[in-house]
Order: sequence, then structure tokens, then C-alpha cells
Amino acid sequence: MNVLTSHVRNYQTAPVCHDIQINGQLVGLHDSGVLWWPDESLLVVADLHLEKGSSFARRGVMLPPYDTGATLERLAGVMDAFDPACVICLGDSFHDADGSDRLPAPYRAMLTTLQLGREWIWVTGNHDPVAPVRLCGETVDEITVGPLKFRHEPVEEIGVERAAGEVCGHLHPVARVRRFGRSIRRSCFITDSTRLVLPAFGALTGGLNVTDRAYTTLFNRRQFSVFLLGNDRLFPFTASRLVGD
Amino acid sequence: MDAALLPNRFQSWFASRGWAPRPHQLQLIDHLTLGHSTLLIAPTGAGKTLAGFLPSLVELERRGKRKTGQPGHGIHTLYVSPLKALAVDIARNLEAPVLEMSLPVRLETRTGDTPSHKRQRQKLNPPDILLTTPEQIALLLSDPASDRMFASLKTVILDELHALVTSKRGDLLALGLARLRRLAPGVRTIGLSATVAEPDDLRAYLVDQPDANKRALSHVLEVSGGARPDISILDSQERLPWSGHSSRYAVGDIYRLIKAHNVSLLFVNTRSQAEMVFQELWRINDDTLPIALHHGSLDVGQRRKVEAAMASGALRAVVATSSLDMGIDWGDIDLVVNIGAPKGASRLAQRIGRANHRMDEPSKAVLVPSNRFEVLECQAALAASRRGDQDTPPLRKGALDVLAQHVLGLACADALDLAATYEEIRSSETYRTLDWETFERVIDFAATGGYALKSYDQYAKLRKGKDGFWRIANPKIAQQYRLNVGTIVEAPKIKVRLVRSKADGRRTPVGRGGRILGEIEEYFIDQMVPGDTFLFSGEVVRFEAIRENEAYVSRAKTENPMIPSYMGGKFPLSTYLAEGVRAMLANPSSWDQLPGQVREWLEIQRDKSVLPTRDGLLVETFPRSNKHYMVCYPFEGRLAHQTLGMLLTKRLERMGARPMGFVANDYALSVWGLGDLSLLFSSGRISLDELFEEDILGDDLDAWLADSSLMKRTFRNCAVIAGLIERRHPGKEKTGRQVTVSSDLIYDVLRAHEPDHILLKATWSDAAEGLLDISRLGELLARIRGRIAHTQLTRVSPLAVPILLEIGKEPIYGEAMDSLLEEAAEDLVLEAME
Repeated sequence: MNVLTSHVRNYQTAPVCHDIQINGQLVGLHDSGVLWWPDESLLVVADLHLEKGSSFARRGVMLPPYDTGATLERLAGVMDAFDPACVICLGDSFHDADGSDRLPAPYRAMLTTLQLGREWIWVTGNHDPVAPVRLCGETVDEITVGPLKFRHEPVEEIGVERAAGEVCGHLHPVARVRRFGRSIRRSCFITDSTRLVLPAFGALTGGLNVTDRAYTTLFNRRQFSVFLLGNDRLFPFTASRLVGD
Repeated sequence: MDAALLPNRFQSWFASRGWAPRPHQLQLIDHLTLGHSTLLIAPTGAGKTLAGFLPSLVELERRGKRKTGQPGHGIHTLYVSPLKALAVDIARNLEAPVLEMSLPVRLETRTGDTPSHKRQRQKLNPPDILLTTPEQIALLLSDPASDRMFASLKTVILDELHALVTSKRGDLLALGLARLRRLAPGVRTIGLSATVAEPDDLRAYLVDQPDANKRALSHVLEVSGGARPDISILDSQERLPWSGHSSRYAVGDIYRLIKAHNVSLLFVNTRSQAEMVFQELWRINDDTLPIALHHGSLDVGQRRKVEAAMASGALRAVVATSSLDMGIDWGDIDLVVNIGAPKGASRLAQRIGRANHRMDEPSKAVLVPSNRFEVLECQAALAASRRGDQDTPPLRKGALDVLAQHVLGLACADALDLAATYEEIRSSETYRTLDWETFERVIDFAATGGYALKSYDQYAKLRKGKDGFWRIANPKIAQQYRLNVGTIVEAPKIKVRLVRSKADGRRTPVGRGGRILGEIEEYFIDQMVPGDTFLFSGEVVRFEAIRENEAYVSRAKTENPMIPSYMGGKFPLSTYLAEGVRAMLANPSSWDQLPGQVREWLEIQRDKSVLPTRDGLLVETFPRSNKHYMVCYPFEGRLAHQTLGMLLTKRLERMGARPMGFVANDYALSVWGLGDLSLLFSSGRISLDELFEEDILGDDLDAWLADSSLMKRTFRNCAVIAGLIERRHPGKEKTGRQVTVSSDLIYDVLRAHEPDHILLKATWSDAAEGLLDISRLGELLARIRGRIAHTQLTRVSPLAVPILLEIGKEPIYGEAMDSLLEEAAEDLVLEAME
């Protein structure tokens, strides 16, 4: 393959995102579960839950120790594809407050490499209320960029000013669709175009169905859409098409 | 055999009841006196249970009362049963002779229901005879005081051994026995069993295996058969259905049979069949005969009521699934009706044994085939029964997840010396061939999860001390173990509650409060939308809603439920009966024993197509409404056919035949698609030999399994048993699913990063043996090699009709999840976005 065609190919395979508006701002949702804001060259990822395996191992539940590696590898792939200038991790980046301290050296190196040449913002979450240790990046409770507010936990009110333009994580949204007697349950984005909740990115993170009561303080019943993560594309559904667990 | 083996008290007790001790009962006393472990094979009604206990009762009588001040004796005899209800029932039956002979014997039960203060007392002051279950033995053995408790153990009685050994509970029990033999050297075992195909398997299970390469056997006593059962196939004047499992056509005949007998037991294969038959019988029950229903999904209280009514003779008939198969005495049943396919010769024999508990009178049974293929199967089962042939499965190889649980339990009791523990485990027949390396990996798993990446050493549950012994790291591990013990992992179930319908026109929310009808698998409810109707607990109900872990249903007005079936207790056709069916098909001279309709069906098949041969494989292809069908007839059971269907579809897709789906039953398999299969096969563009090549069990299988929900379910069971993830305890579920770690995610991560992990190995062997039936599929592919006959037809053949009729009734497989989503997503409107 000559240099020219390979260059062209790279150009053409720039990630395709599903464009939506949040609080009037056009952003892209990607099937890896991240948010991409091209104008700001900003990439947002939620709920990495790094070191969840070791967090469980500490109390005798020996989950596979591969979750951190798997999550970081996927994150590296996303970084490669978007090459963002700025990354926001939307909280619960580590499964517990000591998680960043336990991070094994190879993974620490991997994460540090990903951070090179980029602005990196750690939003605190309920699992990791403190700044990660021995890692670069700025730690904040929340941050506003243009019309969008990035925080871990959504404000539990609908239609208030504080919630407008909110981009958050915390809930690990999943949705279930039934078709031909089979049901399919996948991680998803959930939005009513005022606010957006991102799916959890971490390898061992489960999900909470969007029909759960927990979402009723965030979205009006039936007035939201979800975007299910698929292979190489997102599958949009309206609330009325979804079923509970 | 000399009755003098019995002490006077016993002789006069027998005499007072007008009984004489049976020869095998005396022989067993003799065997035990000589220290021989013994397998007793006897038909129901032979006094098997009493025989098992007599040696212990005699010994305890001779030992006499404990004198005041003398230390306690410890447990003399352990009785293990597969059902806790059976243990309780046997204890009750045993109390009578103990009381009547005023024997100095204390007997107690210990099950999951035993209150904790009683369990505590049992540890401090053990009874002479303890009746219990495999799980309780595991728990007792994990106690640091277990060595004292079992030091004077003399006898272990294993009831219904043929049923115990077929599951992981049998593995757990085998490991428990190995430990008991070490704690109480010289302990004798008694196995009580129905007739099985390979008695040597059970004989080996009962004794210590000193040599890895040669198996040792216990003694055996076989009580030959009693009167031959009187079995017939229902000769119905009605038209025999082509497919389906409802047997609706025969309900009138069955009702007449019930009327002509005192008490009938009606066995069916699945819970949905039970519901259907029960409902149909009541529809025509003009005499309002007391007919009841019994299956595993019904509320326990309701089941106990039915059992009590049955025992007291208040019922004329019970429709039951295998939940009633075992053990407990149901009074005077004079007829067993087996509705649907028998599935296995031994299975049928055990069911028939439920009738007429007196050995010298023949049990009477009627087989009711529910479709034409089942007629052939019933015929094969009838022939097997006449010959007395058995087809119980061979002894399992011990599962590794059970072993992981067991070693943790051993470590809770006492520091482990690995070499000695290995020898102990290997001394059980089930784990006789376990190699040292696998054993070490299991220990490693129990300690730190057994990962190649050694990052959990600091959190290890088991640690090796300076003295070389392994111990649990802290007492909390023992607590964790106790909560997790056991090998039964229930599919998540939810309660079904009867409420008033909101469809009655009232605008009120779904009413609260009705009674609980029973429990149903969560995945079945998952498939339903409010308004769907299904049969449950003997009536058609309408699904209303899910409220806090309960499914609300209301009485439906309709008579025909929308959702045809729910699973539960479907067994595949046994290899042995499959052979019988193939032989019958291939041999037209044997058809005269078949009903006229079936004979005619086969004759037309012979004219229009060809008949399947005994060892080959018939493959028919034909077009039908714009699609092309391939139907083949392996007769290897539903599970093997499903696996084969999945693999064939994948392979046909790669070969360009554009398959769309497949459906499988016990006898046949049909794949359909857009490509002209007739042409592809006859032109040689696709070679059937290549299509059915044995290498299909290699990469294709692997690729499919990667994303199979079936493997994920199997993995979950293994992970729970092995203690990787915690058991869900009813009533203690955490709220919000994001808190728990999903076993599916663990499976994905593990498969991607450590495909050789021991738990994946355990999952694979479970699936291969159980749900996928790989070994049977392998045998099939080897058998038909070079014997595949393709017949090109212009239309569906008579033999193909049943399987084609299953389309739409049985689940259809083969479409990728993403394409389903795609189709659903296309027609959406973004309501919220507008």
C-alpha cells in the first residue's frame, strides 16, 4: 500500500458520530460510549471505574484483574481515533478512593502516555471524591464549557436552570428493547436535549435500566431518547419503545 | 440367610407385624458386619430403606444405652438424601420401629430448614442417626470440630443414589465422602438405588479408590425385579397430531382411564404441559373428580397440600412433572399415565415404579404419545421395558467449580497439607483421574482467583504458612464460604401474584394484595408485555405488570393462552431410545405394531421420499413459499440438534447459502434460507460431507460460543458455585443493578484476557456435557460420515411436516442481535427531539 492511499484512508475513517443538540450545542455521540465536541476538540468519558477488580479482591471477591487494562486499551483506541486536545473524565474514574494509589505501574504508565500533550480534567465522583494520586490532570467538582456543564451526578430536578446543558455519568444507563420475542439489553446514552447522561465506559461496570425510578427525577416520563451502543453504530430509540428489566 | 442375624427384639417386631425379614435385608446386615460397603439395587416396594437402616439399628441396639457420665458416642450413621423432604419423611417412618422396639437410638434431621439453635445442639450433642443432605454434610465438614463429630461414624447411607450422582450435588457428596473416610477410617457406605445401566459406576462411587488407574468396587446386592409392569400404549380413536406436545387429543381417553382406576398419577415432561393437561381435564370433568396439579413452579404451600391430600387418599388423580418423581410414598396409586414422550427407558421405569408399591403386583402404566414421532419413541421405550434395558447416564467426571468450593471448605475446618488433600480428593471415583496440575490450579483459584496476572497475592483468601500448610487468611472467609455452600444455582425467579385486572374497565392502578400463585423464571416474564396471557397454576392468566420483584397477573377471560409454553424440565431423548426409533423406521416389517395412522404416514414417506437408514443421515431439501428448506433426521435429541443447527447455519452462511434460521426438536432439524439448497447440494457447490464434517466442532463452535447467552448462563452457575461471585440470597438482593457485578461482564473480560482460565474450562465442560451435548453431536457426526443421503424433493415430505409445524412454536435461532436492533431502530421517531 502506498503512502498516499493509506493517508487518504485514515482521513476517511475519522470516527462517525451521531450528532445531537444539548442545550442548543451540537455534539457527537460515539458508539464507544464517549461524547465528542469537535469545536472544542473535547472528548468526554464517564465512569471508568478503574481498579474495580482489585477493589473487590480486597474483600475476598476475586474478579478478573484485567478490567483496568481492558478499559485503558479501549480508551487508548478512542484517543487514537479522535486525538482530542482536552479530555474530561466525568467522575467515578476509579472504583474507590484508593484506586489511583493501587494502580499498577504498567497501567499508570499507559494512562500517563494517554495524557501526554492534552489537557486532562478529572471530575470527582461518589466513588472517587478526591484527586487521583501520582497522576497528571486537574481535579474539579464540575466544570462549565460554553452552554454545557460537566458534572458526575445529575441534578435531581427537571427544567431548572442548573440542569440545563448538564452532561453527566453516575447512573450507568442501559436500555432494553424487545423484538421478535427476544430482548436485547445494551448500554446507552440517554437525553432529552436539555441534558445528557453518558453510559459507563469501564469494563466491569453494570447498568441501570432507564425505566428505573431513579431516572424519573431527571427526565419526564416518555420524553427522552436513548442511543444504544452497537458495533460501529448507535441505535436510537424513543422512550416508548423501551422495556424494563 | 439366617434370621438369627437379627436380635430378638427385631425378630419379634417383624413377627408382631406379620412380616418376615427379606433375604436382602439380612444379607445387607451380614455384609456390613464384615465391613463391606454395599450397593443395594432393588425396585420400589422391596423395603429398600428399611434394609439400609437395619444394620445400623442392630448395631446400635447391641451397643446399648449410654451410661450416665459416659462421653457421647458421636454420630453413628449418616443418611443422605437428595431431597430434604425425603429426609424428613424417612425420619418420620423410622421413628415407628425405633419406638415400637424401644431401641436406644436418637435420630434427627438436619436440613436448610433446621433452626440454628438445633443445629448448634447437634454439633455439641450429636444424635446416633443424622438424616441430612449433601449441602449440610459440606457445611458440617467445614467446621473445625468436624473431626470429633465424625470420629465414631460407622455407616453412611446414600438414598436414591442413582439420582444423587447425576448432578454436581453428587460431586459435592463424593468429596464429602472422601473426607468422611479420612475422619472415620473403616466407615462403611450403603448405596440404595433403582436399576441402572452401569451398576459398577455406583459401586465405585461408594468406596475408596486407592489406585488412579484401576477402580475398586463395593459389594452389590441385587433384588430382582418383582412382577413385570403391565405397560401399554394408549389406543386412541382420535386423530394423532403431527406435532406439538399438548396431547389434547387424548384428554377424553385419559379421563376415562382416571374414572376406571382408584388413584392415577399423570406424568408430563414440562410444566406447561402439566398446566395444559390439568386445564383440559377439568374442562371435561363432569363428575368433578378430585384432580390436582403438582409442579416445581407452584407455591410450596400448595404443593404440600396436594401431597398431603394424595397421601391421605383424597385425590383421584394428580398431574405432575418430575417434581413428584422421587422417593416419597404417595399411597396406593394403581395407574401411572405417562403423557408425552418417555425420553428415556430408565426414566420411564422409575416413573412407572410409582404405581403399586407392592413388589409382587405388577405396576400398571399407559403411555400417551402426543404426536406421531412420539408413538415411535413410546414403542421403543416399551420394547426396552420388556427387555429390562436401562439407559441411565454414565457417571459424571467431577466438576472443578465444585472442587474449588470444597477445598475452601476443607481449609475452613483445618490447615491443609496439599499432597494429603490431593490424595484424599483423588480417592473418590468422581475425581479419581484429577491430575496434580489441575488440582494446584484449583487451589490457586480458591486462594487468589487463579489468574495468570498475579496481582491479588496480597488479598489471598488462602495462604501457605511457614510450616507448609495452607490456611484461610481470616475468619470472614469461613463466613463467606458458609453463605455460598451448595451446588444448586436457581435461575432468578419472581413470584406470581393474582390481582384484579385493570382491563376490567376500572381506571384504578393494578390492584394489590391477591394471593401468590407460585414462582416463575425471570427470563420468561422478560419476554412478555402487559396483556399477554399464559397458563399458570391451572388457569389462564393475563400478565399485568411487574411490581417490586413480583409479577402481577389477573384471571383472563380467554381459554387460549397467547404464550404457548415456558420451559422447565425438558429432557432430551436418550441415545438408547433414539437408536430404537431409528431401527424401527428402517425396518418396515416392524411397523405392524404401530397404530394405523402412523403406519400410513411412514408408508407415504417411503413412497414420496425415502426412509432414514439406521446409521446414516437423511437430508431432504425442498422449496416452500419463496424459501428453501433443508430437513435432516439425526434423532439425537433436542440439545444436540440445537447446537448442530447453530453450527450449520454459520457454515451455510459462509458457503453462501444465505440461511435465515433453524428449528430443532428431538428427532429432526430444519434450516431454511434464501439460497436454493437443493441446487447447491445437487450441483456439488456445497458438499454435504463437508457441511457435516467433524471439524465443525472446532472454530465454528468457538466463534459461536463467544457470544452465546447459553455460555454466559453456564458461566454464572460455575462462578457462583466456585465462589467467584456471591450467591443472591432471596430477600437480600441489593437494589439497583449497577451495584452488582454482572457475571456476563466478567465472562467477557475473562474470555478476552485469559481464555484458559480454570473457570472457563469448568464452564466449557458443563456446557459440552449439558446444554450443548457436544459429545453426542460428535458421535453423530462420526457415525454418519460417508452415509449422508440427499433427497431432492419438490415439496415437503410427510416426515418433515412435524418439524416444519414447530416453526413459530419453538424458539427460532440464527439472527444476529445487531440486525434485530437495526430493523427495530429504522422506524423510530425521536419524540423528545421534536
